[in-house]
Amino acid sequence: MSEAAPSSQQAALAAGAPLLKIQGVGKRFGAREVLKSISLDIAAGEFLTLLGESGSGKTTLLRLIAGFEQPTAGELWMGGERLDVLPPHKRRVNTVFQQYALFPHLDVRDNVAYGLRVKNTPKSEISGRVDEALDMVKMTEYAGTRPSKLSGGQQQRVALARALINRPQLLLLDEPLSALDANLRKEMQGELKTLQREVGITFLFVTHDQEEAMALSDRIALLRDGALEQVASPREIYAHPATAYTAQFIGQTNLLRGDVRGGVATCGALRWPSPGPDGSALFSIRPEAILLADGAGTAPNTVRVRGSIRQQIYGGSSELLEVDCGNGQILRVRIPAYGPLSGEHDFLFTAADAILVRDQ
Amino acid sequence: MYSRLYKSIISAPPLLWVGLFLLLPYALMFAHSFWAVRDGVVVHEWNLRNFHTLISNPVYFEVLLRTMRIAASVMLFSLLLGYPLAYYLSFHAGRRKELLYQLVIVPLWVSYLVRGYAWKTILGSTGVLNGFLQYLHLTQEPVGYFLYSPFAVVLMLTHIYTPFVFLPIYAALEHIPRPLVEASQDLGASPRSTFFRVILPLSMPGLLAGATFAFVLSLGDFLAPLLVGGPSSTMIANIVQSLFGAANDWPLGASISVCILFITVSLLFLTERVEKRWSFK
Repeated sequence: MSEAAPSSQQAALAAGAPLLKIQGVGKRFGAREVLKSISLDIAAGEFLTLLGESGSGKTTLLRLIAGFEQPTAGELWMGGERLDVLPPHKRRVNTVFQQYALFPHLDVRDNVAYGLRVKNTPKSEISGRVDEALDMVKMTEYAGTRPSKLSGGQQQRVALARALINRPQLLLLDEPLSALDANLRKEMQGELKTLQREVGITFLFVTHDQEEAMALSDRIALLRDGALEQVASPREIYAHPATAYTAQFIGQTNLLRGDVRGGVATCGALRWPSPGPDGSALFSIRPEAILLADGAGTAPNTVRVRGSIRQQIYGGSSELLEVDCGNGQILRVRIPAYGPLSGEHDFLFTAADAILVRDQ
Repeated sequence: MYSRLYKSIISAPPLLWVGLFLLLPYALMFAHSFWAVRDGVVVHEWNLRNFHTLISNPVYFEVLLRTMRIAASVMLFSLLLGYPLAYYLSFHAGRRKELLYQLVIVPLWVSYLVRGYAWKTILGSTGVLNGFLQYLHLTQEPVGYFLYSPFAVVLMLTHIYTPFVFLPIYAALEHIPRPLVEASQDLGASPRSTFFRVILPLSMPGLLAGATFAFVLSLGDFLAPLLVGGPSSTMIANIVQSLFGAANDWPLGASISVCILFITVSLLFLTERVEKRWSFK
């Protein structure tokens, strides 16, 4: 650390330094510790999602970055500049609020122009940039409309345009899609992703919806009780959850408690090779990793389970089975649509699909 | 569905009340303003002489003008006190909010008269204020214009009506969603800019309601000039009172009342129109 901090933001970015550095940030409200020493780097141009249940601290972290709250511990750095000491209006960060927070006394055009007006941008420039921003979110024809006359989806677009027109280095989005109905939410997810790719601005997105996080993000940061549980790409976090909590929060899973001894895991009657250290262990096996294997032979490193179908839930392209394997062990199995099943069947999974997870 | 009988039984008392104690007096007042008085007795001769007197005698116009000037001053000072107070309470008082709110409201429980007499004790030549100034050797002898002056009337009315101005402004400020304030800061607006671009426009309906309260209530006041105002601060309601009382000229008093009523109603009508422009729901 003998090198001085890069003198300019360009230098910082050229050096591959992250756009935003969150260093040991904590936040207390009285006796309640909402965030516990969070450290996280966000790269320029990245779409990072803060995922977590309500009360996990994700919105608080967003508000610390926007400047609406002050951290009680740690530091925030953006592009080589200390961020947490600046008041909100001096940060090159913009926010899309959960309920959009559009100004009710201004029409769409004035809402979008707000950020440029308060910074005394020349009038001639404002008009062009507002047109551009409205065009980007396809709201040109509503320029003269008051927010109260717009639908949720339209308000969402205006809120996006109002934030992006300022060309922030970082855009914060606080559950922006949660107020929309399911169909519109899917549509807006697609538009949001496209938009982010087009403008190339770093997005920090907050949601409690794991599907949304998976669909949109380059990386997901899973928060639990004010601490980071795991930070990884959607594929990585789904395929290799580090903890039982992550495995259960993201997608569905089967948790099998077993014993590892001498490179072999034992769980009831099941055994498979495992590289884990000796002792009690917890394994996560995704339902779709378990296959219906009636009549198939045993391949090396596969585990064969026989169980009876307890319940079958038809889901169109796939169906979810609840299989009773005896000794109270219930496995959830997702197979391609098959047809009605009953009685006992053979299932199998490979040893590599049993992911060793921390038990917390 | 409720039966017709039920509806009429329910609505009869209030309708009767309004008819008997509001509409009928107004009608009587209106009629009187077109009647005349002869040898101390009201005669039912329809004429416009009362209104002619009001226009031709400059005293009435002068007093009306003074009354409006006092009412406007009260409105202005109540706003200058009430708005910052409401703003502080709504946005910055934190945990002290409830306590401060109660402190603003408490004076409303004290009788108008008691507060008037309190001002007499404070402002009089042997009063608290003069005693204090002399004790500090800031003045050598009692300052006369503290009491029995338009100044005293404006002071007392401002004291009485500031809570009336505070309340609607406070309610309007409390209704501003806080994310709007955050959004403004987020978009780069300084606290000052946020106040003028977001908070002030959104609190406009409350501000207008408060201003109307202060102005209209002051316009019809006759106790403050009676208690703490001298001859130089006679207001229009004092004239009406003396015309109905000592002067025994009900028709002229009624014609002044009709004029005040006209001014008040047009003012309320106007503010309602303006208020509509500032509501966004």
